[in-house]
Amino acid sequence: MSAPATHAPAPHHYTTLGLDSRKVAIWAFIGSECMLFVSLISTYLIYKGRSVIGPFPHEAWTDPATGHTLRPILNIPVTSASTFVLLMSSLFMVLALAAVQNKNLPKRTRGERILGSSKLWLLMTAIAGTTFLGFQAYEFTSFVHEGLSIRTNLFGSSFFTLTGFHGAHVTAGVLWLLTLLAIDYRRGLGPRDALLVDIAALYWHFVDVVWIAIFTLVYLIK
Amino acid sequence: MATTAISTPAHRAEYSGEQSGLWSWLTTVDHKRIGILYLYTALGFFVWGGLEAMIMRVQLGAPNQHIVSAEFYNQLFTMHGTTMIFLAIMPLSSAFFNFLIPLQIGARDVAFPRLNAFSYWVYLFGGLFISIPILFAVAPNGGWFGYEPLTSKAYSPGINIDFWVIGLQILGISSLAAAFNFLTTIINLRAPGMKLMRMPMFTWMAFIVQVMIVLAFPVLTIALVFVLFDRFFGTNFYNTVSAGADPLLWQHLFWIFGHPEVYILILPAFGLVSEVVPTYSKKPLFGYPVMVYSGILIAVLGFGVWAHHMFAVGMGPIADTFFGLTTLLIAIPTGVKIFNWIATMAQGSIRYTTGMMFGIALVALFTIGGISGIMHASPPADLQQTDTYFIVAHFHYVLVGGSIMGIFAGIYHYFPKITGRMMNERLGQIHFWLTFIAMNLTFFPMHFSGMLGMPRRIYTYDSGQGWEVFNAMSTIGALIWPIAMLFFIYNFFKSRKSGEIAGPNPWGAGTLEWTIPSPPPEYNFAKIPTVTSRYPIWEGKEVDHADARINAQEGKSPADLGIVMPYNTIKPLFVAAGLVIMFCGLISTRALIAVGAAIMVFSLYSWLLSPLEPEHH
Repeated sequence: MSAPATHAPAPHHYTTLGLDSRKVAIWAFIGSECMLFVSLISTYLIYKGRSVIGPFPHEAWTDPATGHTLRPILNIPVTSASTFVLLMSSLFMVLALAAVQNKNLPKRTRGERILGSSKLWLLMTAIAGTTFLGFQAYEFTSFVHEGLSIRTNLFGSSFFTLTGFHGAHVTAGVLWLLTLLAIDYRRGLGPRDALLVDIAALYWHFVDVVWIAIFTLVYLIK
Repeated sequence: MATTAISTPAHRAEYSGEQSGLWSWLTTVDHKRIGILYLYTALGFFVWGGLEAMIMRVQLGAPNQHIVSAEFYNQLFTMHGTTMIFLAIMPLSSAFFNFLIPLQIGARDVAFPRLNAFSYWVYLFGGLFISIPILFAVAPNGGWFGYEPLTSKAYSPGINIDFWVIGLQILGISSLAAAFNFLTTIINLRAPGMKLMRMPMFTWMAFIVQVMIVLAFPVLTIALVFVLFDRFFGTNFYNTVSAGADPLLWQHLFWIFGHPEVYILILPAFGLVSEVVPTYSKKPLFGYPVMVYSGILIAVLGFGVWAHHMFAVGMGPIADTFFGLTTLLIAIPTGVKIFNWIATMAQGSIRYTTGMMFGIALVALFTIGGISGIMHASPPADLQQTDTYFIVAHFHYVLVGGSIMGIFAGIYHYFPKITGRMMNERLGQIHFWLTFIAMNLTFFPMHFSGMLGMPRRIYTYDSGQGWEVFNAMSTIGALIWPIAMLFFIYNFFKSRKSGEIAGPNPWGAGTLEWTIPSPPPEYNFAKIPTVTSRYPIWEGKEVDHADARINAQEGKSPADLGIVMPYNTIKPLFVAAGLVIMFCGLISTRALIAVGAAIMVFSLYSWLLSPLEPEHH
């Protein structure tokens, strides 16, 4: 594995801010992603309560044709658990970045060795992300089972598209983390590579923050 | 670390710019060469979109003509708008962003040279994807703004709209990737002393445009995703009104993107003219800070006026009033710019070169388009004008009279820098006057046909409504365009081959890009200059001149100067190709999606894990 792509910038590259350009670009990218999710969330909120037929997110619905009653579909306890897992992943991400930045510091105790293991924390972050995706897969299949698909009503269309887009972002993030993990196994990530982990972490935290907005606006507020 | 093996002399030949031939263009990461690729491709699409307009004008030249069918006419006006906006004007601006931004801020390249190549290839492949269907009469036919529910599967079951939706998604990726790149370049690669308020006005406008692209395009992406999901997966976002859906959601999302897009199209031209007018007036730009602030204000207000495209849908008095007022407000910063250009010219020693003529034409013609814009900022007036040829006249004065005139001004002004040779002034003046006459003869009569009630997007009309003479004038005007373009194309290629040698600064301009040889060496600046003023050549101090002497040297290779250049690479092209193949899979066989994704992922990893340039030593 070679690569200035995985190195700190060479000294001959002058930058105005003294920052690596990749760090500036990731912020521009996050700004753009904000507008992406704002569009999705706005659409969800605009269509909230306008579905003609159920299932609905927070209210029960009786099908006039069959007389069959469907429960409110959102399972808030389960999603609270998956939200907690995703929030924890941000903590692991912070530890992973710190471990890479402090790779060269001496580790005396067992605790310092655990905290200083970038492989462990990158893996933990990826596992937490994958767990979140597992929860989402469970949620989606159980919704379809209960009669809510992306075609059923406005709620289904806007809900699956919004959370699906978020899930796709988490998936991309997990692949990114696993790539970093592979690099770490192959040649070891050290302070010189901190930027690589730093921009991945910024993306990861952003995806996490977006989920907090989705969880609040879609699940918690009735 | 294995990296040391990479900087062997064997790789020297791969430095961009040292090669010629097709392969060197396919693999280039040099911002100047990518700028030239954008320029040629976009001029090609400009001619293509012009031909589509030509057919429409011939069809409308007289009443009750049936040269093309109504169905094909729908495809023509849809593709004319789409081509001119996404494939001609935006990429022509991109050509200048690419070529000029690093030169104007004193950088050796953009921040991400390979991403830059990727943006170009996605643009080229996406442009072909959306343009080729018209040859088989299956082109998009729902108008450039693709209103719902017309573009839903129920009303447009054919493949036409799929090409449009997917094509725009592909082009959006190109625009966004380029915007992240230029934004980072302008923020982070300015030479020492190049403070924000010393940046040339073109770079300032480019900066503002990138911010607008970053914020506006994701909204289009989502709006198009909903169309795509409605068409492919049967979701209910726009078309199933019985399920509670609201087709107006599309209009809101589209115009939240679409109105900033209008400024994305015009601000680069404003930037070019802000370079052209001071140069040929021999005066610094009048009111530089106000020009910056008005540009920023246009961008901010540009995000708050979108619903003035929707007065006819019945939003109610409060929304109508709000958007009418914000639209009137945006005239203020725009007017400030017009007056500043005039004040720059006032008492200057003006040289009426072709570039200057096009620049002055922008100031005059954009003002006409701006004033008709203020007219339909008023909802009651707009209700009379909307969907008539009056609107067509308005936005062609803004986009042809504004953007295209500004871009031609830029081409004549920067041709010597790009090619090292001068364009023929005599042919240039003929081109200018023919274009000026064609432009006004085509579009001015549309104000009248529109006021007389002629609707947009009709493929023919009955006689006796008073529209004949105005349509005949517009058609004659349109037929002058190809003659004008022939003069331009002949002049362009003739001058490129045998024009007078330009030298570094043929116009006596004041900004950084004119301190280096024409065409610039691959590394741009032998020594990164230290900037002490807005017009370093005009207001230069000794230290500037010392830098300038070093930078004016010709014939030095990067190796002579110890400058590390990035490797040429084909990988961005492959990633772009994989991406577009993947999108093609959506409308053909699903297997293509897997093939495209495999090519894309493999090339992307290969790109990210290979070094940009040799290790520094």
